Amino acid sequence: MSKLVISAIGPSSSVQDGGRFGAQRYGLTPSGAMDRLGLATANCLVGNALFAAGIEIGPFGAAFTAREGAVRVALAGASRNADIAGRAVAPDTSLTLAEGETLKLGFARSGLFSYLAIEGGIAGEPVFGSMAVNARAGLGSPYPRPLQAGDELQVTAASGTAERRIELPPAIKAPIRVVLGPQDDEFADDQKALFLDSEWKISATSDRMGYRLEGPAIKHLHGHNIVSDGTVGGSIQVPGNGAPIVLMPDRGTSGGYPKIATVISADHGRFAQISAGTGFHFKAVSMAEAQAEARKFAELLRTLPDRLRAIENFDLNIEALRDANVAGAAVSAIDARTWQVLSPAETLTQD
Amino acid sequence: MAATSALPRLLPSGDSAITVEFSRTIDDTANQRVLALDRTLAREPIAGVTETVPTYRSLLVHYDPMQIDFEALSEKLAALAQLPVPAATKTRRWRLPVVYGGEHGIDLEDVAKTLKTTPDDIVARHTAGDYRVAMIGFTPGWSYLSGLQESLHMSRRQNPRLLTPAGTISIGGIQTGVQCLAGPSGWHLLGQTAVRTYQLHRDPTFLLEPGDYVTFSSVDAKTFAEQDRAAERGEIVAELISS
Repeated sequence: MSKLVISAIGPSSSVQDGGRFGAQRYGLTPSGAMDRLGLATANCLVGNALFAAGIEIGPFGAAFTAREGAVRVALAGASRNADIAGRAVAPDTSLTLAEGETLKLGFARSGLFSYLAIEGGIAGEPVFGSMAVNARAGLGSPYPRPLQAGDELQVTAASGTAERRIELPPAIKAPIRVVLGPQDDEFADDQKALFLDSEWKISATSDRMGYRLEGPAIKHLHGHNIVSDGTVGGSIQVPGNGAPIVLMPDRGTSGGYPKIATVISADHGRFAQISAGTGFHFKAVSMAEAQAEARKFAELLRTLPDRLRAIENFDLNIEALRDANVAGAAVSAIDARTWQVLSPAETLTQD
Repeated sequence: MAATSALPRLLPSGDSAITVEFSRTIDDTANQRVLALDRTLAREPIAGVTETVPTYRSLLVHYDPMQIDFEALSEKLAALAQLPVPAATKTRRWRLPVVYGGEHGIDLEDVAKTLKTTPDDIVARHTAGDYRVAMIGFTPGWSYLSGLQESLHMSRRQNPRLLTPAGTISIGGIQTGVQCLAGPSGWHLLGQTAVRTYQLHRDPTFLLEPGDYVTFSSVDAKTFAEQDRAAERGEIVAELISS
């Protein structure tokens, strides 16, 4: 065994996996990764099961140090500056931290959540089949709470497997797709149109339970109290003030506000990565289209291993770095100076 | 308000869940049908259904769209929902000890004043009730009970409290409830039970099931303290009257 020591980490970072399903009837919410593709990509790079437990890293910086042996990891999801002792690290690649080496991460440049997978996974005790942290219910392993500096994860020693990169399909820049309902009949047609035609922004008061939306107030036909019924990930509730809340993996399992629409499952991760203040639109799609997209997304996950590539030489590495820059940061991939990484202390004060 | 329509409404909750809605209001007949459909699905599983969540008025059916699509599942659920409501195969009945009032139920006196009676009378009315677990939701083990007598119906607090104690027994609207974990609540706090409806590393982790019946008995603060220590060690402390 080796150890991965959390040398520094910002808030909203926790161990997450595919989620804890099967006990929603008892009020236990699934939790799990905000961006499932991000977690799956990181795990795929180090040869883990796609939804093995990894570290979900919130929008702030972090630093991880290998102890008692080498540790092989991979970073995916939101792009951010990353280096080991000043040596830049490309996203969507695996890498091995030698004993004592520290991987330093800056704050997220596009998106919010990055995923650090560790070859062999994280040692812990699943509850209801999951290690995902659900702080409210006191669940999660090895720590039933968000990660803090000084935490240590027991991990498998690096295998020495050759490093890989992964070629993901280009990021989708399109409206977030929804299926109307289950309570869209609690809203007049003009209010549904207002919901679908308006530009929305994610409020800064959002968290893993729900993203609050800023935009026009959506009015109800019959008031905002309905008898509580079940919720799903992506449920869009409209409370009394008319500002919709999109329910995220730590949602309550039931809720008493009308739900105008539901984000389609294929877009959950893409939605979760929208940072506060970024404008976006919703688009209603048919059930048939939503389910076709769900199947396409499942196929993408199933074929992720086919997208792995060897890192054969320096050129390929440079290409990976260049890919990392599509987020729009005005940097040149081959200019090492643009990959300077903030010290953790500076990083963590960003907000 | 119409109670229950013969046919439930099958409402899409995204591409991986269907809400089978029997009523838009809190009504007992609808809740019986919700629980009956839930039992039917447990007895005769439909391939692709991953999880069900009964609530007062609807059954949320989670499914895997790789295995079954919305149309096919809707048809099956509509057919099952029209079957006559079968009797529950088992009816479990629990008695939960509650210490009413004082620091354990800080709203008891106010509730009595509002309803123009004494705290003892409120306790007598609340312990006289025969309640059914209509749903469990919100946070782990939060059990919503139907069957609160009408003389105890009262609207929720104007200002919900951000933190109420674990084990709180409260009333809100036409419902009463058992809250397991400390958390926010807009209901009126009558008392506290040592019973943990959710406790990790205890078998069973979740004590109450939707459809179980619950009564309350009044205990003194000393008994509560003893039961609380026992419960902390993993004892159930609720009394299973029949199963």
